[in-house]
Amino acid sequence: MHFTRRETLAMGAGAALLTVLPFRANAAVDDLIAEFTGGAELADAGVDLTAPEIAENGNTVPIEVSAPGATAIMVLAAGNPTPPVATFNFGHLAASQSASTRIRLAGTQDVIAVAQLADGSFARESKTVKVTIGGCGG
Amino acid sequence: MASGVKPRVKVPGKASAGEAVTIKTLISHPMESGQRKDSSGNTIPRSIINRFTCDFNGENVVDVTMEPAISTNPYFQFEATVPETGDFKFTWYDDDGSVYEETKSVTVA
Amino acid sequence: MKFKAMTAIAGLLIAAGPMAFAGGADDDTLIINGEIEMISKTAAPAHLDGVFDEIVSGWHFRTDETQALETDDFDNPAMLFVDQAIDAYDVVEGEAGESCASCHEGVENFAGLSAAMPKVDADGKLVVMEDLINECRTERMQADEWKWSGNDMQSMVALISLQSRGMPMDVAIDGAAAPYWEQGKEMYYTRYGQLELSCANCHEQNYGNYIRADHLSQGQTNGFPTYRLKQAKLISKHNRFRGCIRDTRAETFAEGSDEFRALELYVASRGNGLSVETPAVRQ
Repeated sequence: MHFTRRETLAMGAGAALLTVLPFRANAAVDDLIAEFTGGAELADAGVDLTAPEIAENGNTVPIEVSAPGATAIMVLAAGNPTPPVATFNFGHLAASQSASTRIRLAGTQDVIAVAQLADGSFARESKTVKVTIGGCGG
Repeated sequence: MASGVKPRVKVPGKASAGEAVTIKTLISHPMESGQRKDSSGNTIPRSIINRFTCDFNGENVVDVTMEPAISTNPYFQFEATVPETGDFKFTWYDDDGSVYEETKSVTVA
Repeated sequence: MKFKAMTAIAGLLIAAGPMAFAGGADDDTLIINGEIEMISKTAAPAHLDGVFDEIVSGWHFRTDETQALETDDFDNPAMLFVDQAIDAYDVVEGEAGESCASCHEGVENFAGLSAAMPKVDADGKLVVMEDLINECRTERMQADEWKWSGNDMQSMVALISLQSRGMPMDVAIDGAAAPYWEQGKEMYYTRYGQLELSCANCHEQNYGNYIRADHLSQGQTNGFPTYRLKQAKLISKHNRFRGCIRDTRAETFAEGSDEFRALELYVASRGNGLSVETPAVRQ
């Protein structure tokens, strides 16, 4: 196949545009967050997500979420075939709005926590967890 | 009902009024995600616990919506306020309609 | 870390790209439930003279998160299965109308047994814990055998071994055990499969190094059956032996074969002095 100089330039520009366009890397995750927040703004402060930097096995990855005063915290795994992980709804007798669990991650990816805070606003935090591929399966 | 489902719950037996106690729960369940295939290539149908709740004397502590990304043998740790003597009730809801329950009493001295 | 001689595996690892040698075992202390202090590193037994100075539990090669799962009996998912075995212990099964408890009474009577297993029985045959359990089931209870790596069997092995938790491994390698031990040792140093790897290539010459992203341990068995996060259930020693040999691209021996009994004895003896850690948690 032969390209003229103009065509080559055009393709280059097109490629450059694609890389800078804020395309939605994971529409499913964005939709799930929008559904949870009703499209509200997401603050950076207000929710803490603790997850290991490196998980030895993606089958059982310990995580902890905490958002003082929150009514609910949703956890998503952006790179899983189905991103939802869990939603914690805190009742009147929750002594703290925090919880730990163990989750499955299909590979290295971002884990996202979105909290609905006491004043009705929303906050988000994400952590990248590297899931290692073992040498000795089975 | 998934076979061999058995809950384990750790709650202190005593507390002072209004004390925050740490609760840990673990239940044996395969949490079949619906993403796996069997040896002949057929998708193994999803079969998970989809909800977990903890209440104390009828008042809610935590209500968790669970998805297939929760690990086999689901584990939760959280904190509850104990206002008076009473019972914690833990309930797990299976996709197949089964409900697994556990109760733990706490005495406020 | 001690830098060890490169073997074929290490060569493969380097060919796969630059990687950090994160080093050997960590220096953490293994204490369970805040009270049982475990011997997770100790001087190597005499028969390993010139091989190892120190023997190290596989626990030290795991990440902090995996390690934490073993330090508290409530966080340890293996205890779900121990609980199931506690129930099964009292269940009457078989024609004889007996349960484990009918003869053995409390399970705590098994304290010390697994630290000395495998052992040679009165008939001169090398037996492992699964053999003892199935012998009780078929002969005394007149019930069906349990499958070697089945959940029932491994849960019961875990419950019985838990009674020895914290006690140092002390398997006999002399006397009647000697020929079995020699057979196991021979296997340990035999290269199997298309990859021509022996147990020693990974677990003696390269422990502390990485095989792809897995951190190689000394391959100690003092924590088995172990809850493996990968399978999310209790894994038997023979299952793990089979997995290792299969990964060398070899035809493996069967679970419950005499070969694996002998290998189990030899590998257990390499851990003589380490605390029984059952049920451990590994990746």
